[in-house]
Amino acid sequence: MTTVDGPVLPKLIGERVKRREDPRLIQGQATYVDDIKLPGMLHLAFKRSDIAHGIIQSIDTSAAEAMEGVELVITGAELAAHLGPMPIGTPFPAPDHYSVATDRVRYVGEPVAVVVAEDRYIARDAADAIEVEYEELPAVVDPEAAMEPGSATLHEGFERNIAVESYWGGTGVNPETAQPEDDSAVDAAFAEADVVVTQRMLNQRLAPNAMEPRGVVADYEPGRQYLTVWSATQNPHILRTLVAAMMGLGEHQVRAVAPEVGGGFGCKINIYGEEYVAAALSRMVKAPVKWIEDRTEAFLTTTHGRDLLGYIDLAAKSDGTITGLKARIIADIGAYEVLLTAMIPTLTGLMMNGVYRLPVVRHELTEVFTNKTPTDAYRGAGRPEGLYFLERAVDMLARELDMDPAEVRRKNFIPPDEFPFATQGGLVYDSGNYEPCLDKALELADWQGLLAERDAARAEGRIVGVGLAFYVEVCGLGPSAVVPTGGWEHSGVTVERGGKVTATTGASPHGQGNETTFAQMLADHFSIPLEDITILHGDTSVVKQGIGTFGSRSQAVGGAALISAAGKAGDKMKQFAAALMTDQEVSPEDLVFEDGRIQIEGAPEVSKTFAEVADFAYVPVPLPPGMEPGISEEAFFEPENNTYPFGCHISMVEMDRDTGETKLLKLIAVDDCGNVINPLIVEGQVHGGLAQGIGQAMFEEVVYDEDGQPVTASFMDYVMPRAADLPTFELDRTVTTTPINPLGAKGVGEAGTIGSTPCVVNAAVDALSPFGVTHIEMPLRPERVWRLIQENGGQS
Amino acid sequence: MIPTAFEYKRASSVAEALSLLQEGGPEAKLLAGGHSLIPMMKQRLAEPGLLIDIGGLDELRGIQEQDDGDIAIGAAMTHAEIAASELLRDQAPIVAETAAAIGDAQVRNRGTIGGSLAHADPGADLPAVMVALNATIAILGPNGDRQVAAEDFFQDILTVDLEEGEIVTGVCFAPCRSAAYAKLEQRASKFALVGVAAALTLDGGSCASARVAVTGASSHAQRLGGVEDALAGASLPDGAADAAAGAGDSLDFVNEDLHGSEGYRRAMTAVFARRAIEAAAGRG
Repeated sequence: MTTVDGPVLPKLIGERVKRREDPRLIQGQATYVDDIKLPGMLHLAFKRSDIAHGIIQSIDTSAAEAMEGVELVITGAELAAHLGPMPIGTPFPAPDHYSVATDRVRYVGEPVAVVVAEDRYIARDAADAIEVEYEELPAVVDPEAAMEPGSATLHEGFERNIAVESYWGGTGVNPETAQPEDDSAVDAAFAEADVVVTQRMLNQRLAPNAMEPRGVVADYEPGRQYLTVWSATQNPHILRTLVAAMMGLGEHQVRAVAPEVGGGFGCKINIYGEEYVAAALSRMVKAPVKWIEDRTEAFLTTTHGRDLLGYIDLAAKSDGTITGLKARIIADIGAYEVLLTAMIPTLTGLMMNGVYRLPVVRHELTEVFTNKTPTDAYRGAGRPEGLYFLERAVDMLARELDMDPAEVRRKNFIPPDEFPFATQGGLVYDSGNYEPCLDKALELADWQGLLAERDAARAEGRIVGVGLAFYVEVCGLGPSAVVPTGGWEHSGVTVERGGKVTATTGASPHGQGNETTFAQMLADHFSIPLEDITILHGDTSVVKQGIGTFGSRSQAVGGAALISAAGKAGDKMKQFAAALMTDQEVSPEDLVFEDGRIQIEGAPEVSKTFAEVADFAYVPVPLPPGMEPGISEEAFFEPENNTYPFGCHISMVEMDRDTGETKLLKLIAVDDCGNVINPLIVEGQVHGGLAQGIGQAMFEEVVYDEDGQPVTASFMDYVMPRAADLPTFELDRTVTTTPINPLGAKGVGEAGTIGSTPCVVNAAVDALSPFGVTHIEMPLRPERVWRLIQENGGQS
Repeated sequence: MIPTAFEYKRASSVAEALSLLQEGGPEAKLLAGGHSLIPMMKQRLAEPGLLIDIGGLDELRGIQEQDDGDIAIGAAMTHAEIAASELLRDQAPIVAETAAAIGDAQVRNRGTIGGSLAHADPGADLPAVMVALNATIAILGPNGDRQVAAEDFFQDILTVDLEEGEIVTGVCFAPCRSAAYAKLEQRASKFALVGVAAALTLDGGSCASARVAVTGASSHAQRLGGVEDALAGASLPDGAADAAAGAGDSLDFVNEDLHGSEGYRRAMTAVFARRAIEAAAGRG
């Protein structure tokens, strides 16, 4: 075989390529919003409510206005003339919600006035100097009490503080009335069941706590009538759409930029009042303005996640076959509906089908306003809640029947030949093969050995438990039918002179590593070195279109768009290459990319270098008939469905009998996210997700007192998981590809937070089961565990 | 996270720091490691007009064996330096171990022993250790220097025997190997939810005398007199549990918050008293 000079380029898809983003992040060379400094830039500070619920009686801004360096002080009522109520992204009814409260405050931290000043210190001093008088109203804190007649209410037109009520199940829902057509099958299933497990469970409120808090810089140029907004956001294109609408501008007059973004975890999907205010005030004061959230503000005003109360009933036969599920869910959504608030709890019900054949389901959901920070997406967004409820209940069933928790699950799995599988909630699971994943996890954990280890520890008087959970989740959001913003993604691929490649993606990464994985895909596609590829993102003036990164969609939707655009660019490269190969008759279809060259397949001696062809494309003399110069292609990808990754997590915990402290001894996770571009990044995503899922199980909780005052508004009281709290994770994968996109990749960003939480709580309950414990609420606070032990006299 | 405006002065000597304190009056605050003060300033819970930096003063540094065999630690020594001290590891391992268990590495690298003692957070670790070791706090003020026993120094929540214008310059205690500190961490802050320090005088397998002090459970670090009495003559380690059993009930006032109710803290006081005593006895 003839060879040509030059390096052989290894295929990169599937390789553990180190993140190209990391050196600049680690070395402090990255540009975040707070690093953006514009000439003449002014600074904002918000005066925020220090009470949970009250009517604004008066706001005295005179002292603030008198301070040197203060440019403008404006109240919510004054600002309402410039900014209307904020848009939301769900079809549910919602009360008006202004960026800055106009007449009434409904949670601690809600802004009531804004200061524009020369620097951040003056702005903060002036905000402190604003005097607000309130007529205090009773704080609504408990979502169940909030629905009682006689409770104070937050919003006119929302009786009993109820925002959303939904009901589905039985044998179907009447789409006209949204009422069950025939619910008797559910009641019959429970009446005929050999065993029913029933549990009230709280999936507690959490603060997302991205390492970088929110921030925004807005620069309205009156001469050009053009607005640029830099923001720590997960989705600059959605930001552009909504800011344009709020400002009365067209999208052609707004550029939105997400520079380096230090984590989002869902809380940076929402477009916040501060972003609209910055844009409006920049136009008002005719200068760029900046606002950077501090950590206290982040705890008080960045959307929280979770906070679902579940009343769960599971019916089964004595052999462990599940015959029915009833779930009554109460979601404490806080004071307002923001972008996706009302949608998130609906995902909980839909995903509570889990990996099982559930003959009948009844699902009731009530979303309730309380005087707390609004909720929205938080890593997993609906799936961790649903899978927690379900996997706890299945575990209780196993315990009730004295069956191995793995075997109860195996018995009820949807078999592989039933995919695509339609759930009662109307989802269609794309693909799944659960048993091999379960078996791999059991093998990796040495399940029988683990049980023996637990029993031996118990014999020594130790309190040790083992837990297992099996999850399925929904990724790759879209399609457009279910995502109000549109569910597609966009990508552009340009082959530059010299054979280098610049690509854009609308999936705006903020930790997902797209600059690496997308480059790996292009390197293989064009058979060029990784270093020859740049991936651009996060700037609407560079990335023509996009939706953003959430719902584990960047690879499954954004990656698919990239490959589509790369295909178009590749086709054109081959046409130019064929035109260059003048010494013989070459058809573009016969050409392939190989080691930096474009050649006839199997005949490297007939080839042109990638760079030669690229150069020719920009100086095409003669221009091949029917062709335009240059190579810059783009593509939208619209998925026809979501993807449904799954996995099995196993853990072992030990509790201190004297103190109730829980130590996580082992965490085994076998995840199936379909095809993997970069195992290192996938494992990193899983690690981070596990830490957050374990954080929910063991440590984290946003707590309010009875007056609606937050008592966990700093890291001195809000317990984050730390590296030292976590064991060395043991990971593996199975691969079940998806037919939904050409990559066969499903998404993995949220997986870790979904299986780990119920898995750890199941282990905790197992540990405490000798004390007669059947359930414990999260987080596993030492005192909570200690009390359960004490209630049994400290004796197992 | 944005403090109010303040002036910053770096003192070149303790004498200069004293005179700056005098000039500054109630507006002035001393700054060493800044790990109690600066977080409060960022939240605007403290708004001092003048910060006098004494963190780098040589006069406040050093860990030394005195002529009488006692060990003196300068107020500006960081927790990390104390944790790494060979002298302390050998002569008073409880001090090095406790310092090593404070907060996280960043806190230990900046925070100082003088700051920790003078600030007297109810959950700070070192105050209990100093009370158990019967340490003396050295104080310098406009009227000269004075020494205060640690158990008298800590008076109430964030309240110590320190007059306006005075500086804690160091702490001094007799070597003690049979001493140990055990704590239940508040997992967010890493302060002690309950921490107990026990310093024992052992006579073969029994305890001749003991000093036991608790932090975290109550408003300030204080002795657990009942436990000390019960330990006198007790055989160890077997008698530790009995001696510690009443530790929590003896406290007049007990803190209560999200991380631990009064009942839990009382129970944990007994648990950690036992653990501290057992560990101290284990040192022989």
